[in-house]
Amino acid sequence: MKVLVCISHVPDTTSKINFTNNNTEFDKNGVQFVINPYDEFGLTRAVWLKEKQGASVTVLNVGTAETEPTLRKALAIGADEAIRVDAEPTDAFFVAQQIAAVAKEGEYDLIIAGRESIDYNGGQVGGMVAALLKWPFINACVGMEIEGDKASFTREIDGGKEKLSAPLPFVIGGQKGLVEESDLRIPNMRGIMQARKKPLAVKEAVDAEAKTKVGDFAKPEPKGAVTMVDADNMEELVKLLHEKAKVI
Amino acid sequence: MSVLVYLENWEGKFKKNTWEAALYASKTAEMLGTEAIGVTIGDLEDDASKAGQFGINKVLSLKGDDFRQFDANAFGAALNEVAEAQGADTIILSGTFNAKALAPSLAIYAEAALLTNVTALPLSADPFTVKRGVFSSKGFNDLSASASKRVVVFVPNSIGLEESEGGAEVSETSASTGDAPRVSVQEVDRVKGKIPLPEAERVVSGGRGLKGPENWGMLEELAEVLDAGTACSKPVSDMDWRPHSEHVGQTGIAIKPNLYVAIGISGAIQHLAGVSASNTIVVINKDEEAPFFKAADFGIVGDAFEVVPKLTEAIKKFKANN
Ligand SMILES: Cc1cc2nc3c(=O)[nH]c(=O)nc-3n(C[C@H](O)[C@H](O)[C@H](O)COP(=O)(O)OP(=O)(O)OC[C@H]3O[C@@H](n4cnc5c(N)ncnc54)[C@H](O)[C@@H]3O)c2cc1C
Ligand SMILES: Nc1ncnc2c1ncn2[C@@H]1O[C@H](COP(=O)(O)O)[C@@H](O)[C@H]1O
Repeated sequence: MKVLVCISHVPDTTSKINFTNNNTEFDKNGVQFVINPYDEFGLTRAVWLKEKQGASVTVLNVGTAETEPTLRKALAIGADEAIRVDAEPTDAFFVAQQIAAVAKEGEYDLIIAGRESIDYNGGQVGGMVAALLKWPFINACVGMEIEGDKASFTREIDGGKEKLSAPLPFVIGGQKGLVEESDLRIPNMRGIMQARKKPLAVKEAVDAEAKTKVGDFAKPEPKGAVTMVDADNMEELVKLLHEKAKVI
Repeated sequence: MSVLVYLENWEGKFKKNTWEAALYASKTAEMLGTEAIGVTIGDLEDDASKAGQFGINKVLSLKGDDFRQFDANAFGAALNEVAEAQGADTIILSGTFNAKALAPSLAIYAEAALLTNVTALPLSADPFTVKRGVFSSKGFNDLSASASKRVVVFVPNSIGLEESEGGAEVSETSASTGDAPRVSVQEVDRVKGKIPLPEAERVVSGGRGLKGPENWGMLEELAEVLDAGTACSKPVSDMDWRPHSEHVGQTGIAIKPNLYVAIGISGAIQHLAGVSASNTIVVINKDEEAPFFKAADFGIVGDAFEVVPKLTEAIKKFKANN
């Protein structure tokens, strides 16, 4: 079983977000980058498939050389090899084309992507890859078991959950639940040493054109000062919510 | 070139969510100088002609075996076929779980630009530009489509509802679901009588300050009088006090309700990432230094176990008098 895990390289969740160049670009200054949290769950599940079911695990990022530490970290967590498609990830369509090309060439049995990247919150790449390859797509996937050429899943739906099955190959958009948070792996010394020797292939991008164009960025309007209400005067709060905020 | 809108239903029933999408589409069509057409998928219990109250004159229904179970590729392919037949270049979806799953395949089949996490009506027609949330509500970005077609997925509660008079003409249509292998659904487990989070207009949320799952009763009572959904912070779902589906924040669900009431939640940056887009935020915390107060519209310093029941009473009284 060959598993391809897509890894996006994103600002750490505690990052302060600023924009630069006249608000046309995200300011990377002083920002620490990490494996997208959603992808961490998928990666850990893939390493589990390797240990329990003999899968081989390839991690893939579409990005410039600055993402290599993130891929090395994924190798240290337990992936067997890494691929970086050397290109600026201009939009989801462009990235999905790259991933689909790698998937075809490598004859993978399943692709694990995350539900969304926490930078641009697009939630697009996994589903696009699935459509390009004509493989089933299971989004917001919180459980995945593979048996032979079939797999069963649990996914989140509005107000609940759904159990479903699909043939291999398939693509998921994963999240917490694929494994629990307490099962997430942190690279240990041995893993880090081994990762240095694992292959990290750099590939050229295939031709594809982005379908979107990024314009100006802005920060949210700052909130006005908070109105404090006395804990013994909930009638006052209700009045404010009704008359001022108009939410009840 | 027309605008197409997916009018989603749940077991045959429409929700407010559906009508917000209808209104979003008809306002977009107005801006583009064209008409908006609705599409439903699956067997219906409710009457789709209600779309007329939100500016949609025509609704097409896809029915039959192919459409009984959700499949991202199949629904994407079918919607694309209807869009082509109707000459639509703009397709609108409300960001529900299923819509988010099918939008990417729809965009691929339509060779359209996919614009997701959109938080307002389109900013301009040419180039077609939207405002989207980025960095988990820590920023916004203007994004333009460079393809001639576009699929827009907006965040529920972005524009709200305005009703007018009218009824849409509803007719059946057909479309193929493509040739990708489909998933097969075994079991659907929806919590009954609860308002699903992403679409909830009001949300009552609890954190570790509530001490244990046994204390959620008062929170649910408050949610009931407010007609609100319930949510929680990440540690609360990690400890299994509440189901994971209620976890909001950077690594949970991002929501945009009109009212968010945070009880016993400190307001960590990762929590705010999922809720700061809410229109009005009320924070109840016993620690006046809690960071959440900085992101709040209304704050109450006090013990949740005393404040919450009082608030519930006050709302009940208000409702009885109004
Ligand atoms: C990678 C990463 C991702 C994360 N993603 C998320 C996420 O998506 N969502 C999320 O929520 N968190 C997330 N977190 C965790 C986040 O950093 C905080 O740890 C978490 O939000 C704290 O939860 P809390 O406010 O419920 O608990 P605490 O921080 O323990 O706060 C409890 C609050 O309750 C108050 N309190 C106590 N007793 C009472 C009382 N009787 N009455 C009133 N108030 C009382 C206290 O004053 C305190 O402010 C993430 C963290 C990381 C590292
Ligand atoms: N540049 C990238 N390289 C590899 N995988 C990516 C990249 N961008 C997104 N992905 C994958 O697609 C998922 C959804 O991302 P997005 O559509 O950007 O929200 C992520 O969780 C990753 O698994």
